[in-house]
Amino acid sequence: MGRTLAEKVWDDHVVRRAEGEPDLLFIDLHLLHEVTSPQAFDGLRQNDRRVRRLDLTIATEDHNTPTLDIDKPIADPVSRAQLETLRRNCAEFGVRLHPLGDVEQGVVHVVGPQLGLTQPGTTVVCGDSHTSTHGAFGALAFGIGTSQVEHVLATQTLPLARPRTMAITIDGELPEDVTAKDLILAIIAKIGTGGGQGYILEYRGSAIEKLSMEARMTICNMSIEAGARAGMIAPDETTFAYLKGRAHAPEGEDWDAAVAYWKTLRSDEDAAFDAEVVIDAASLAPFVTWGTNPGQGAPLSANVPDPASYEDASERLAAEKALEYMGLTAGQPLRDIKVDTVFVGSCTNGRIEDLRNAAGLLAGRKVADGVRMLVVPGSVRVALQAVEEGLDKVFKEAGAEWRHAGCSMCLGMNPDQLAPGERSASTSNRNFEGRQGKGGRTHLVSPQVAAATAVLGRLASPADLSDVATTAGV
Amino acid sequence: MEAFTTHTGRAVPLRRSNVDTDQIIPAHWLKKVTRDGFEDGLFEAWRKDSEFILNRPERQGASVLVAGPDFGTGSSREHAVWALQNYGFQAVISARFADIFRGNSLKNGLLTVVLPQETVDALWELTEADPTAEVTVDLERRKVLANGIDADFELDENARWRLLNGLDDISLTLQNEADIAAYEKARPAFKPRTMTA
Ligand code: SF4
Repeated sequence: MGRTLAEKVWDDHVVRRAEGEPDLLFIDLHLLHEVTSPQAFDGLRQNDRRVRRLDLTIATEDHNTPTLDIDKPIADPVSRAQLETLRRNCAEFGVRLHPLGDVEQGVVHVVGPQLGLTQPGTTVVCGDSHTSTHGAFGALAFGIGTSQVEHVLATQTLPLARPRTMAITIDGELPEDVTAKDLILAIIAKIGTGGGQGYILEYRGSAIEKLSMEARMTICNMSIEAGARAGMIAPDETTFAYLKGRAHAPEGEDWDAAVAYWKTLRSDEDAAFDAEVVIDAASLAPFVTWGTNPGQGAPLSANVPDPASYEDASERLAAEKALEYMGLTAGQPLRDIKVDTVFVGSCTNGRIEDLRNAAGLLAGRKVADGVRMLVVPGSVRVALQAVEEGLDKVFKEAGAEWRHAGCSMCLGMNPDQLAPGERSASTSNRNFEGRQGKGGRTHLVSPQVAAATAVLGRLASPADLSDVATTAGV
Repeated sequence: MEAFTTHTGRAVPLRRSNVDTDQIIPAHWLKKVTRDGFEDGLFEAWRKDSEFILNRPERQGASVLVAGPDFGTGSSREHAVWALQNYGFQAVISARFADIFRGNSLKNGLLTVVLPQETVDALWELTEADPTAEVTVDLERRKVLANGIDADFELDENARWRLLNGLDDISLTLQNEADIAAYEKARPAFKPRTMTA
């Protein structure tokens, strides 16, 4: 019988298989950042161990880094200590590090792909749940905890039980203004935040095949929000074209050998998935979240749901708690929700295409009075590219703040945070209570919805902007 | 890692589903570079409310957390496990755990027990009605026992063996060093490298 894409990649990495034991898998690429690595390096030191494969390991700084005044010492002493710990550990063990100020610095999941290190058919791990991003290349990529970080550093392997597989097939054409972000938010709303638990998801179908690598990364990035171990998309010409010529992509004969292998990385016709979900692309619309987990979302044209409408008692309770935290009332149109802050960035939507999409709508328009808009490129390379294209000017002229690369307002670990009670439209991936700062309220949106929301000061889709004249070309 | 065989203690019934790791330990605690001292960060936002169950005098010293479904969703932070352990929890019971959280707990000797929601309901009712009620989590017999409750739970044999013996994963893996070296030798040349070795 045929095998799925996930099974092929898995099988190609089994170092040891024994009855009654988890498979021991080889790890091709290990990404490190400052938050989940210090205790792992401590473990190595305590046991007198070294990093087994420095040539398969790379580190950057992202979670704690400020996005303003990056040439000054970091104000928060605890953040500074954590970054200094990473620098000391990398120096001591010999790990390649791209620190703040380096041209290759950025959010770890933006950096790996843009260097060409994330490749089809590789296993990629990082002490960060959004490692699922790299699955967009047909890599088997998943987040791990700090004990596993130590395990990979010491052995370049992980003992793992093989997850089940779920096919998510999306055929048809996405309507105008419907993006990869809307698609993944709709998928999570459909299958739930636990729907993918124990599975590797494979996104497939004609709507997926048409997507750019950036869009594919947005989708795979949020697989974890459906509870899945990983998300994957079979590599194709789009993938190969993205990789060709990147710093760490194979060259010459290696390139040909790699492409020949990569082309085998598709689920066989007769492969059986443990579960299947089918979605009609044409049925989708711009999607936003109203609650405090990424599954609590609805089309922008809908109203805030009534908790009483949920049959499941725990869902009803969760919806009640969410509305209370979010300061929303059942039945309120989502389009009426006013925001204080708009954040464009993160490993979900901080790539060049995301910035282009947001800038395209902001050109010649202004951010509404009283709204703060932060645009944070996912990496220094993305920032440089944006500047080359003049996108930074578009943002600044519209009244948005153009910041330095990092995780920024995606999570409350650096100075970019919401104040208690403040409400944001955010292109990041988590709307948990307090995720963007204590008491902050988050609505997850696409870059296009973020831009339209910034202009109108309330949750809005690009189509809502048709009444707002632009000054472009005047 | 400490071995886990059996544990008996009082419980904290936490009637919430989807308790994500941002609730278990908020991001600003993640700046610490040690594995201890996270107890005050556990459920920090909720603990500001004096009525929150963990703050109730009758729950002090409890060591078994009985939570709603989808416990530990969200970020991969192992700090969530350390925070629960630093606070004094030895076991967490829920109908469903997020995968990464569950993996992290087992690696640290925090036992995560999956029981059907009806049994979780029964444990909630029992321990809400009687805060002094004790709950036993017996890994040797794979059972959760309390007044009127006798529930079997599953845990794969390998994980159970490692927990019962407190075995460290890295040492176990390094016993297979020859397999790793053989695999490395056979890897294709086109695989990416972060530096020339
Ligand atoms: S951008 Fe957000 S989700 Fe991505 S790695 Fe940073 S904190 Fe995590």
